[in-house]
Amino acid sequence: MSVPSTTPRPAAANSGDGPGSVGPSPRRDLELSVWPRLEPLLPQVTKPIQYVGGELGAVVKDWDAATVRWALMYPDAYEVGLPNQGVQILYEVLNELPDTLAERTYAVWPDLEKLMRAHGVPQFTVDAHRPVRAFDVFGVSFSTELGYTNLLTAIDLAGIPLLAADRTDADPVILAGGHAAFNPEPIADFVDAAVLGDGEEAVLEITAIVREWKAEGSPGGRDELLLRLARTESVYVPRFYDVDYLPDGRIQRVVPNRPDVPFRVHKRTTMDLDAWPYPKKPLVPLAETVHERYAVEIFRGCTRGCRFCQAGMITRPVRERSITTVGQMVQQGLEFSGFHEVGLLSLSSADHSEIGDMCSGLAQQYEGTNVSLSLPSTRVDAFNIDLAQELSRNGRRTGLTFAPEGGSERIRKVINKMVSKDDLIRTVVTAYTNGWRQVKLYFMCGLPTETDADVLEIADMAHEVIRAGRAATGSRDIRCTVSIGGFVPKPHTPFQWASMERPEVIDHRLKLLKQAINADRSLGRAIGFRYHDGEPSLIEGLLSRGDRRVGAVIRRVWENGGRFDGWSEHFSYQRWVEAAAEVLPAFGVDLDWYTTRERDELEVLPWDHLDSGLDKDWLWQDWQDALGEYEQDDCRWTPCFDCGVCPAMDTEIQIGPTGKKLLPLTPVNGLKFPAAASQ
Amino acid sequence: MRRAGVPIAFSQGFTPHPKISYASAAPTGVASEAEYLEIGLREPVDPARLRGALDAALSPGLDVLDAVVAQGGSLADRIEASHWRIEMPQVEPAALDRAVAAFTAADEVLVERMTKQGRRTFDARAAVMRIDVAPPVATPSEAPDVPCAILELVVRQVIPSVRPDDVLSGLRVVADLEPPVSPRVTRLAQGTLTAQGAIVDPLDADRDGASIGER
Repeated sequence: MSVPSTTPRPAAANSGDGPGSVGPSPRRDLELSVWPRLEPLLPQVTKPIQYVGGELGAVVKDWDAATVRWALMYPDAYEVGLPNQGVQILYEVLNELPDTLAERTYAVWPDLEKLMRAHGVPQFTVDAHRPVRAFDVFGVSFSTELGYTNLLTAIDLAGIPLLAADRTDADPVILAGGHAAFNPEPIADFVDAAVLGDGEEAVLEITAIVREWKAEGSPGGRDELLLRLARTESVYVPRFYDVDYLPDGRIQRVVPNRPDVPFRVHKRTTMDLDAWPYPKKPLVPLAETVHERYAVEIFRGCTRGCRFCQAGMITRPVRERSITTVGQMVQQGLEFSGFHEVGLLSLSSADHSEIGDMCSGLAQQYEGTNVSLSLPSTRVDAFNIDLAQELSRNGRRTGLTFAPEGGSERIRKVINKMVSKDDLIRTVVTAYTNGWRQVKLYFMCGLPTETDADVLEIADMAHEVIRAGRAATGSRDIRCTVSIGGFVPKPHTPFQWASMERPEVIDHRLKLLKQAINADRSLGRAIGFRYHDGEPSLIEGLLSRGDRRVGAVIRRVWENGGRFDGWSEHFSYQRWVEAAAEVLPAFGVDLDWYTTRERDELEVLPWDHLDSGLDKDWLWQDWQDALGEYEQDDCRWTPCFDCGVCPAMDTEIQIGPTGKKLLPLTPVNGLKFPAAASQ
Repeated sequence: MRRAGVPIAFSQGFTPHPKISYASAAPTGVASEAEYLEIGLREPVDPARLRGALDAALSPGLDVLDAVVAQGGSLADRIEASHWRIEMPQVEPAALDRAVAAFTAADEVLVERMTKQGRRTFDARAAVMRIDVAPPVATPSEAPDVPCAILELVVRQVIPSVRPDDVLSGLRVVADLEPPVSPRVTRLAQGTLTAQGAIVDPLDADRDGASIGER
């Protein structure tokens, strides 16, 4: 089945009079809300409230009073996309500008998509239900590559040509961001540009460029605007680069095809997080979402150096938000939102230099108010009794997850996750003796050099956890859940050269592990086992390390009905395998070539022209160290190991301690009449 | 509640829940001008100030109109019937007239709906106390030449509940009435039924002689 572009497209304005015109807009028809046409469709779809908007914290600005208009998308369902920090931060930063407006759009479920096609309703924003095509910039944030098919749905539903090359001045600039934008090559045909790294300042710079270009009367149309963005050296415009291939299918080179764009595009780094205390007015959904809490990033970046972890590699250096700023953000965020859970987010929250004082200060400030604290990412070697007690002080214990990632000491050396089995047992027992009845342990399967034996050690570890927990608490009422994800090698990590394991091997290992866990029936009963099978990981691997030729596979999958690939009930492995088999042989490559093939040192990788700051020679050395089972320390506590980021990006580590403490809050009793919601 | 600083009471237990109970909430996709809920408080508050604080804290379009101190008795017990208005764009009033006449004439109209227990068949007729075609009014969102039939319904609270969409299913069953676009349903009132079939505000019983803080 093919999905033709059935969305009626309003007549495109001609090139001299496009989105840039500052006078009376030729696209008045587009600016009208689609709500009257959308509303009658809503009783026919599941969870219609997700399309209604009107959340606390949502901003609707006068269309005509704005010069630069952004549509921001998280390409997954509303319930997943709304809590996304990145989108919320950029939404607020942009809407604080007087002449700029930003609205949000999310992936619509297939039931509504079908009705929208049948009734000619275009992709819309939830804030004012304006059609996405009417905006100047359509920014899409990718946390995972599995959102690519949803991008195509949104572009097509918006009435925008799928291919960037076919777009006119009447179409928005489609801009990719988020972690997956560090290799946007698989979607290079579909996006106009990509931004690497932190978005706070990048969106301001882009807004300024669009504003200036429009004020000048949009000289040179779309091409000129993209060129101005490319000249910043931090916005990647794929159309300005040509990719040449070798006869064997590998990339020969990626070079600019015009003289005035940079050879390499660099990531953005926002320094001094205290100067960017967002979100200040978090969105509070009316519909149910995956996270309902006030989330504050307590630091960005991580130098623990886990070799599989793309986030840790591409967000360096570590920049802490100070304890006092965190305290102030929590106070204002809770007052504004009414949330009763605070999430202290980062890549490894217990590593903040003042995490102890932060947790005890917050626990004290909110004692007796039913506000609970959670640390979503906690290293086993940084968790301790004090922290456990602060997290459980008001009686409600949020879930605890620890991630040893690898089952054996050997494999943990390979991935540089330096936690010992003793650390893990000690930590989990601490949690059990502090009242937690259940902890979750997270591992990966399919890691480089992994054997069956490495994975089977997970069973020993889980058995020992239960044994030690029973001994320490004298109770049999304790449980642990072993949760296993498939390893996917990611760009800009030491494992970017690694081969992936085949799905059959992964599935077999998981089967063996399950048997090993249940080999002892008494212990096995206390252990839950959750896993993902190997097939989705292989496709994620294709997309994460793919080049521009993979775009044709994405398009074929989408045409064959591929949607919501991050959802197991929607993902079809068969559809991806068949599309790859149809499309890739013409280029002399195949699915295995992208996934299970190990790359050598000199191969040009599709993202080599995109600069995350990491020195490629250092990454290669770290890959060799991984194979030699040699560990790498953290530069926060040991001398610099020359990963390259700080000198390349002119940045530095920003950590405490500041020595400051959180002061008790003066309790505010009595009714409040919040002004923000009554506007 | 938290934004408005309401001193709400919590249930006891491992995961304490705020004491809020909704009486007969309108179904998804239906507008309402008359929803009721009961909240438990830790300490007395002035109902007028409580109303104002909650109204200020809620999103635009969610308005808190009144608050009274509960004088005992369950709110849910006082919800005996609902008054609904159903606008059916592109339906000729004469066609609706015929369907309503057929519905009224029937002793029983069996309809089907998916419930949490699976597909159920039940009577949509007996609970309907009043079903009238209202005189047409100008609806600003519709072009003037498009007809729009309007149905007014008073339905008793029964188990399983008979909702406006069940009555619409009933009109399909008895008269093949198939609205071309989704009807717009609004709950106008709900409350206690008088002997004459009028609906009385369920908070009336609390209003006389209410003294603040008594529960």
